[in-house]
Amino acid sequence: MSLPQLSSPHSHRPLGTAQVMQTVILACIPGLLAISYFFGWGTLINILWLGLLALALEALVLRLRKRAIRVYLTDYSALVTAVLLGLSLPPTAPWWLGLIGIAFAIVIAKHLYGGLGYNPFNPAMVAYVVLLISFPLEMSTWLSPRGVASLSPQVPGFLDSLHAIFSFGDKASAIDAYIGATPLDEFKQQRGGMLVSEFWNQNPLFGRWSGRGWEWVNLGFLAGGLFLLYRKIISWHIPFSLLAVMLILSALFYDNGSSTSHGSPLLHLLGGATMLGAFFIATDPVSAATTPRGKLLYGALIGGLVYVIRIWGNYPDAMAFAVLLGNFSAPLIDYYTQPRTFGHQSGK
Amino acid sequence: MSASVIPARTARAIGSFPGGIHPAENKTQSLTRPIQSAPLPETLIIPLTQPGYQQAELLVKVGDHVLKGQPLARGRHGIGVVTHASSSGVVSAISEQAVPNASGLPELAVVISTDGRDQWLPHTGISDFQSVDRDVLLSRITEAGISGLGGAGFPTHIKLRNQHSLIKTLVINACECEPFITADDILMQERAPDIIQGIKILLYLLQPQQCLIGIEDNKPLARAALEKAIDDERIQVVSVPTKYPSGAEKQLIQLLTGLEIPSGTLPAKSGVLCQNVGTAYAIARAIDHGEALISRITTFTGAALNRPGNLEVLIGTPMEALLDACDLDRSQLSRLIMGGSLMGISMTALNLPLLKISNCVIATTAQEIPLPQAALACIRCGMCAEACPVSLLPQQLYWFARSKEHEKATRHNLFDCIECGACAYVCPSHIPLVQYYRAAKAEIRDEQDKHRRGEHSQQRFEFHQQRLEREKAKEEKRRQERAELARRNREAKAAGKPTAGQPDDIQATLERVRAKKAKAKELEENS
Repeated sequence: MSLPQLSSPHSHRPLGTAQVMQTVILACIPGLLAISYFFGWGTLINILWLGLLALALEALVLRLRKRAIRVYLTDYSALVTAVLLGLSLPPTAPWWLGLIGIAFAIVIAKHLYGGLGYNPFNPAMVAYVVLLISFPLEMSTWLSPRGVASLSPQVPGFLDSLHAIFSFGDKASAIDAYIGATPLDEFKQQRGGMLVSEFWNQNPLFGRWSGRGWEWVNLGFLAGGLFLLYRKIISWHIPFSLLAVMLILSALFYDNGSSTSHGSPLLHLLGGATMLGAFFIATDPVSAATTPRGKLLYGALIGGLVYVIRIWGNYPDAMAFAVLLGNFSAPLIDYYTQPRTFGHQSGK
Repeated sequence: MSASVIPARTARAIGSFPGGIHPAENKTQSLTRPIQSAPLPETLIIPLTQPGYQQAELLVKVGDHVLKGQPLARGRHGIGVVTHASSSGVVSAISEQAVPNASGLPELAVVISTDGRDQWLPHTGISDFQSVDRDVLLSRITEAGISGLGGAGFPTHIKLRNQHSLIKTLVINACECEPFITADDILMQERAPDIIQGIKILLYLLQPQQCLIGIEDNKPLARAALEKAIDDERIQVVSVPTKYPSGAEKQLIQLLTGLEIPSGTLPAKSGVLCQNVGTAYAIARAIDHGEALISRITTFTGAALNRPGNLEVLIGTPMEALLDACDLDRSQLSRLIMGGSLMGISMTALNLPLLKISNCVIATTAQEIPLPQAALACIRCGMCAEACPVSLLPQQLYWFARSKEHEKATRHNLFDCIECGACAYVCPSHIPLVQYYRAAKAEIRDEQDKHRRGEHSQQRFEFHQQRLEREKAKEEKRRQERAELARRNREAKAAGKPTAGQPDDIQATLERVRAKKAKAKELEENS
């Protein structure tokens, strides 16, 4: 009988990287359901399309890098990137947009930097920013949520969505009828000196607390995020400080809904990509700060940047930019926020 | 206010430590039956291991007949541990033997063929320890060969000596926080009065202001037994939450007192001394009965044993017979671990001898403790940092260890790592973090050693240079003295006086040499 000589610890928590990634994907479901309810099948189709591409590209690159394909493919990290990018793209994003995006994410942002664990930037957000800068029109073409369009089916059907994504050059697609601005964009561009309440009442894009439909999408991601917290997949630090800073800034500049108000805290917290970003994107461990205090700072930085760019920048939403800028600062933040080791004086 | 009849003995922990983990406890399996006595083995293998890899001084030779409790060897310079024969018999060999240790290297051991009589060396206890001088008690503890029974095995007498006035708090470690181990638990349940007696001896020796027994809240029976046995108001039981590693010395002190022992210092420097319950028990046996430490309670557990339980075993018993006493299923056995599942060490053979530090033997199956999975890339999830009880950044240390950035690793306090394994336990990528830290620590120590050796030879070189210069200076001085003498002689000669002790011909020779030198110098200057 041969007994192995192994180093302690001998037992291990039954939770691996694959389960972590699977849980993240699972936690996206409430948000995805809300998106699908309000904007049709497009996002789901995109996610499946991107997932397929991501796995194929990952396998290809792993082969080129002479890595064990099965081992790394089954860590589900490529799928998480696909899901996050798919959730961020407009539901009508054409197939080639997704292809370029996911190729950029997997091949360049992830593997050229050394693969999982080594990439300094969030691959999905790198891809998103590349697409946003390169194809602004396609990237800002959103649909009106259910309840706004006066058409008989209030959201595009499965075939319409499929056609919109894979219509090889057919411009006159049925989807055009559903196209509309996002609430954050509308609020920024179209208010023209009205009081917030006035504008709110006359514009069908706004719902109870934030953009119609968007508020539920955000609540969906909030629910998923709380699930991740409960399962201890993510820690509370980044979402907490990110949302707290956004709350503080938006409350500070709310100005009681005057004609120069920048919108209520709820508009910002439940609008755009706030909850998706706070719980699913900024918390991407590979590219985020890792010390407890560092995470707080990192989340606060992203929250602040999102608000600043939303209000005073050129873009209606800014999660991707903010996260990438946060990624840049993460090593520096980590360096200056080392926790005090047991038995040491504070500082060094 | 009405005074309560029974004082509430158990206090709650006042401190807490960061991180920690909650692994499956796996303690119930071995707690189904009381302490069993183990069968007397035919052979005992008693390692003479000393702290710091010192050589032990042998007290017996091959062929000697020894009695149970007879000293076999002792450490030199009074800092080692005395080892004893744990049963009577004949010394059949003194040679290097395989023992359970992390290095896998054999160690010098005395092998005894037992005679089956289990005959004690005559010994007497001290009936009233308070009537005896402390030094007498301390030397009794030394002679009994007591070392820490919690796992680290540090010689107890060294810990107890020369610190009387310093210690304010005596901490008794009854946490037993590692999975699978129940030896202390059952010892407390069955032999609490002896433990309390040992604690009272420690109180007498150290004269602290208080004594806190830290026990995890998953041992209510043991706690109740202790509370029942306590008859000294200085002793208090403190319940701490079940969280690994609450039984690590500095973590337990933090839990019980709120004190954070500064890095790199011993708790004694902060007025705290920690002893394990098993050690307290051994002290009571040594003082009250004069018994040397020749046996201990060891947990035999794991799914490959059909009858797990706690055995009272003789130190040096080969484990195979003990495992068989617990009905080992060899076909199921995948790994053998001495200690707990988080800090224990692998054993590669069944028949290694049981040591004083052997608190637990886990004979496990591939289902119960699966073999380690292949490590994946670190995803920097930070679960390790959340689990670390000393607030290190395990993943940063991992990067530094991998890239051999030893200076950075040291600056990130690698040497504060207590190797508890919490980080590696939670790592979703199954990275053997502790292994990396051990390797890095060893490399750094090695480097420092080399550096020290380098400095040493540099110093020697410098001393050598200095000596050469000194000699040169001395030579120069002597030359000048000679020249001075010669000059004076010359003057004396010129004055027509006879020179003292300098015959004329010598003087003449000197003159000639000087003239020659001057000429040579002239030539040199001209050239």
